[in-house]
Amino acid sequence: MIELRNLSKSFKTADRTVDALKDINLTINDGDIYGIIGMSGAGKSTLVRCINMLEVPTEGQVLIDGVDMGALNTKQLREMRRGVTMIFQGFNLLMQRNCLDNIMFPLELAHADKETAKKRALELLDIVGLPDKAKAYPAQLSGGQQQRIAIARALATEPKVLLCDEATSALDPKTTHQILELIRDINRRLGITVIVITHQMSVVEEICNRVAILDGGTVAEEGDVAEVFSAPRSDAAKRLVYPDLAESAPTSRAGERTLRVVFNGTKTTASPLITQMAIDEKIAANILYASTRTIGESVYGNMLLGIPGDDETVARAVKYLTQRPNVLVTETRQNDEKGE
Amino acid sequence: MFTDMFAPEKLTEAWEIFKTEFPLALWETFYATLLATLFAVILGLPLGILLVAGEKDGVLPLPAWLLKTLNVIINLLRSVPFLILMILVIPITRALVGTTIGTMASVVPLSIAAFPFIARLVESSLREINPNIIEAAQSMGASPLQIILKVMIPESVPSLISNFTIAITTILGYTAMSGIIGGGGLGKIAINYGYYRYKYLVMFLAVIVLILLVQGFQSLGTMAATKLDKRSRH
Repeated sequence: MIELRNLSKSFKTADRTVDALKDINLTINDGDIYGIIGMSGAGKSTLVRCINMLEVPTEGQVLIDGVDMGALNTKQLREMRRGVTMIFQGFNLLMQRNCLDNIMFPLELAHADKETAKKRALELLDIVGLPDKAKAYPAQLSGGQQQRIAIARALATEPKVLLCDEATSALDPKTTHQILELIRDINRRLGITVIVITHQMSVVEEICNRVAILDGGTVAEEGDVAEVFSAPRSDAAKRLVYPDLAESAPTSRAGERTLRVVFNGTKTTASPLITQMAIDEKIAANILYASTRTIGESVYGNMLLGIPGDDETVARAVKYLTQRPNVLVTETRQNDEKGE
Repeated sequence: MFTDMFAPEKLTEAWEIFKTEFPLALWETFYATLLATLFAVILGLPLGILLVAGEKDGVLPLPAWLLKTLNVIINLLRSVPFLILMILVIPITRALVGTTIGTMASVVPLSIAAFPFIARLVESSLREINPNIIEAAQSMGASPLQIILKVMIPESVPSLISNFTIAITTILGYTAMSGIIGGGGLGKIAINYGYYRYKYLVMFLAVIVLILLVQGFQSLGTMAATKLDKRSRH
């Protein structure tokens, strides 16, 4: 279990002090894939670096399984870091070492026996799906492959926690999906707690079970991914969940009522939902706004529907739409949307 | 001044000198250069590492005053012209080698002139390393010494070799200059025959051999740097 207690971090520049993190309190349970999401400058990278003390917090504590990271001496901290490893946006592999030697690197730092280290590295190459790249150099690999090697390297010392700092931000959507699958697989098979720092909603939606939304150095909202994303309470969360609404609030025609439909891992079926509603219920919904993604066989995202008619029609539409599992429907007023 | 340079008797005379004196002079220049480079690297490499690792945000922060002192010493040594430095270090040369004349004696001022230069070159090579790679090593629990020995130096090998090649060719130029005050080698021949005895052809021959040496060192260095760089895609 990782506990962050009253964590604050400020940086002193020549003329002022910047508060990067302000009084952060979070608990991350064993086996979680915990997402920390926020816009750039929200303090995500600083937060993750406080966990392994690459950044020393100005105030507060980081407890990993009850061990206060700030109270360790440098030698103990180095030992501890072998159990809390990290992968990065830029992969950060050693460019002059081949893949096998890169994976062996943390074991070499820990003075592990060379033969054992090599055996372990070869196993890890298998786990990350690149068994034939032992002798290849990082420059010869694609971005996704480099990140796989970086993941293997991070697993070499058999950590309890894996910190992912924007690990998929430099990758294309397909590769991102594959890397996230690998991380999920590692979390399940090896029981490693994963902390995912990202600015991408889709990453959190795809693999995290819990999420904290970071805004201006504070936690704006925290909870189960499904809860936070289906009914965001804070402004920061709403900005993330409905990124386009702020700029162009959709307007409905006169006499239309508006429904917000949230898809949260809804299973896709052969028949399109809105069209099917028009056929079955004779309600001609007007799609005012839609931002949905299909990941695997599930749909995520949200939609604004203009429903013509009276209370009875709206009630029928709500009833029809909520028949599907993992669909949340609420009626909204246009003015609320514009106000944000 | 150069009008009768290629007269038949000058040609035979130059050829005689070339046959009898050049092989030894070439060897002297060669080993003075390599030896001076070796000593300069032994002193300059750790110094260059300290300049980068010892910074406030470096892996092994040094007290600010110490870093400042190192920088001032390097700048001082770098600003003294080589000819004057040779004269200034005569006492050190005498103490170390026992004499101030000859090729071995010239290695002392050459090394002293070259190590601050090498320190700066090493500094610039190490600064090219992506700081995120160093952060990654820290996140894996690497000690400062491990970061220096296993990350900073190995990662900058191609750049270090390129820079050492620059240093070798510069030191080669200095060895020729050391001929003026008693150093041996091709520089001595060029000065003794060309400047003091007006045998310009001999001087030109010495210069041509020096050019070939520089070319040789440079090609070898470039080849090694390219071959050892694993960032190329094949």
